[in-house]
Amino acid sequence: MDFEPSDDQRLLVESVTRMLRDTYDFTRRKSYMALPEGYSPAVWSQFAELGLLGLPFAEEYGGFGGSAQEVMLVMQAFGRVLVLEPYFPTVVLGGAAVNLAGSAAQKQAILPAIAEGGLKLAFAHSERQARYDLTDVVTTAKRGGGWVLDGSKTVVSHGEAADKIVVSARTGGERYDEDGITLFLVDAGASGVARRGYVSRDDTRAADISLSNVSVSDADVLGEVGGGLPIIRRVIEAGIAATAGETVGAMEAMNEMTLEYAKTRVQFGQPIGSYQVVQHRLADMFMAQEQGRSMAMLATMSIDNPDDGARAHDIALAKVGVGQAGRYVSQSAVQVHGGIGMTEEYAVGHYFRRCMVIERLFGDPAYYLARLAAEVG
Amino acid sequence: MDLRFTPEERAFREEVRAFIRDNLPADTRDRMKLGHPPRKEDTIRWQRILNAKGWAALSWPKEWGGPGWSAIQRMIFLEENLMAPAPELLSFNITMIGPVLIQFGTDEQKRRFLPRAANLDDWWCQGFSEPGAGSDLASLKTSARPEGDHYVVNGQKIWTSTAHNADWCFVLVRTDPNARKRQEGISFLLVDMKTPGITVRPIVSIDGSHHLNEVFFDDVRVPMSMRVHAENKGWDVAKYLLGNERTGIARLGKSRERVHAAVAMAREVNFNGAPLIADETFRRRVAQLQVDTKALEITQYRVVSAYDKAKGAGRADPLSSVLKVKGTELLQAATELAVDVAGPLATPIWAQELEAMNEPDELMEAGSAGTASYLMLRAASIYGGTNEIQKNILTKAVLGL
Repeated sequence: MDFEPSDDQRLLVESVTRMLRDTYDFTRRKSYMALPEGYSPAVWSQFAELGLLGLPFAEEYGGFGGSAQEVMLVMQAFGRVLVLEPYFPTVVLGGAAVNLAGSAAQKQAILPAIAEGGLKLAFAHSERQARYDLTDVVTTAKRGGGWVLDGSKTVVSHGEAADKIVVSARTGGERYDEDGITLFLVDAGASGVARRGYVSRDDTRAADISLSNVSVSDADVLGEVGGGLPIIRRVIEAGIAATAGETVGAMEAMNEMTLEYAKTRVQFGQPIGSYQVVQHRLADMFMAQEQGRSMAMLATMSIDNPDDGARAHDIALAKVGVGQAGRYVSQSAVQVHGGIGMTEEYAVGHYFRRCMVIERLFGDPAYYLARLAAEVG
Repeated sequence: MDLRFTPEERAFREEVRAFIRDNLPADTRDRMKLGHPPRKEDTIRWQRILNAKGWAALSWPKEWGGPGWSAIQRMIFLEENLMAPAPELLSFNITMIGPVLIQFGTDEQKRRFLPRAANLDDWWCQGFSEPGAGSDLASLKTSARPEGDHYVVNGQKIWTSTAHNADWCFVLVRTDPNARKRQEGISFLLVDMKTPGITVRPIVSIDGSHHLNEVFFDDVRVPMSMRVHAENKGWDVAKYLLGNERTGIARLGKSRERVHAAVAMAREVNFNGAPLIADETFRRRVAQLQVDTKALEITQYRVVSAYDKAKGAGRADPLSSVLKVKGTELLQAATELAVDVAGPLATPIWAQELEAMNEPDELMEAGSAGTASYLMLRAASIYGGTNEIQKNILTKAVLGL
């Protein structure tokens, strides 16, 4: 066992942190939000230059062969400044889907383009009626030359920005069946694809996507026909591990700004940080952060475990633990800040909202707790 | 970063588990499985078995009988020992006075006390708290007045766990009542419990057991050769003792064992016409404990692995306070679960009825012992620095407030 980052990992964190220091602060972030894309294309190019967009891909596909650990560390740095760019849907989710299920030709066509910054992906699985149920897919793909897709997907992170969309659809079976779900790579500009974009509570953009009579070829099938669910599960596990890291970064940032505020905000003639009731809240926030960090490490170090059951169990533990920690730290950070924490112009509320969004991404703590509960005994 | 145990670490765990399985006396195991605390003789016998194997003086250097394990190995051993469940090594001996003497003791003190502490030939107890000095330990008043080559000790200690079993006590005393700072007038003495003038009075705790004591010192003569470290430097020794490596402080194995016991009992008891284990609310409560256990387990690995990397040098990791707070919260939640599962069986004090029975009723016994364990472990967030004090430590050490 070893919990220290390697020298290479340390260097990676340093260079990412340096780049973010130059590109991100709360004011600049607001200006990125105001851009038509809802993020900064210039910053996206910097991600590409730094090699972040190819981080988890093999070198033969223009990547750096990084592991989930490196992704976690980068996401942690992103969480500290609330990065708006579509890294998560493109590199973590979409990239994982192609990496796990793609043919050599598909990988060659997509991964190097992502790494260079020329291609963005979205991962469109969730449907309005499904809530957190991964098998609840009613979008269909029917034979017709290649395949014809019909249906709709909801809250697709950066769905508008994507050049290609990874779409799940039923090629067989009934709603809730584990078999019969297939993944497709769909051109965002294909005829019949309509995207309705909006701002999500965390200031990032998302979209509802409708597919009406969308034709794709056999070459656009990702993985086996009908065998999409295991891939979707693994993509989501990678997403959970990555956003666990992001939550840790966000908790660190909230704890730092709350501590700073407690040192400087004077009430009753003293900094509020001199009051023990506030100090103990800060200590609890620190403990939640560290327990959350432990769980993010668990998620990260579990996702390559070939044992499906054990991996899913650890991911569920981590999802609950990180979600609860993030919620506690967010709520406490706003509480200790008092009125200023309630304002849109102050950063802490934005961290609060990002944690809230992550918490319910692919299932909230209650959902995963129920799953763990089913295993008890 | 690598979360997995190495093949060597896994093999080590197997070795420990097998040794405990083959050598833990059956009567000890049976008692403890039901949730009873080990008896004095259980603890002594088991520590001697471990010491004969070279596994008792966990963190001590090899020259003093330590096994030469890494912190991770020690943690694995402690987990397996608690999970067995086997009696814990006597912490006063192994994690308190042993390391203190190794760090501060004279050669004579080391030679005389360390081998006997490892083998539990001497049972040590800790004379720190006083009626007026609990969390505010530095306000202690027990005095030691020099007289020739002796100190004459007068005063009172309280909450002295197992003083009634103890052969020796390490005691914090005030040797300079006029010190500029309260911490600077304190010395650390080793006191033979058979010395005239010592009176031990039992305190029965809410679990009905006699574990705690008051210890009175009435003109107790202690040779100056029994002082550890310099006169008036006892606070440094106490700080070292309290901040010393706390690998085992989370007592995760104990929490796990209690949750297992609760789940086992939940298969046997009824809830609305079905076994309690089938109840969703119960299962979610267990699942939440599993989440909390896992988070703490990894935090503990982080502390332990950092300790090994630093070769044990440096100060106590402030994450130790996280282990203490979260570990005791978990321990209390786990014992609370077991009591809730027992339902009405948690209320009677069965001791005499159980003695009189020919066939043991395991459910009754587990219910009764589970309650004792629940009540006893309310102390976990009080001893060793209350959880509130731990948060003060975090506030200072980590937050810099």
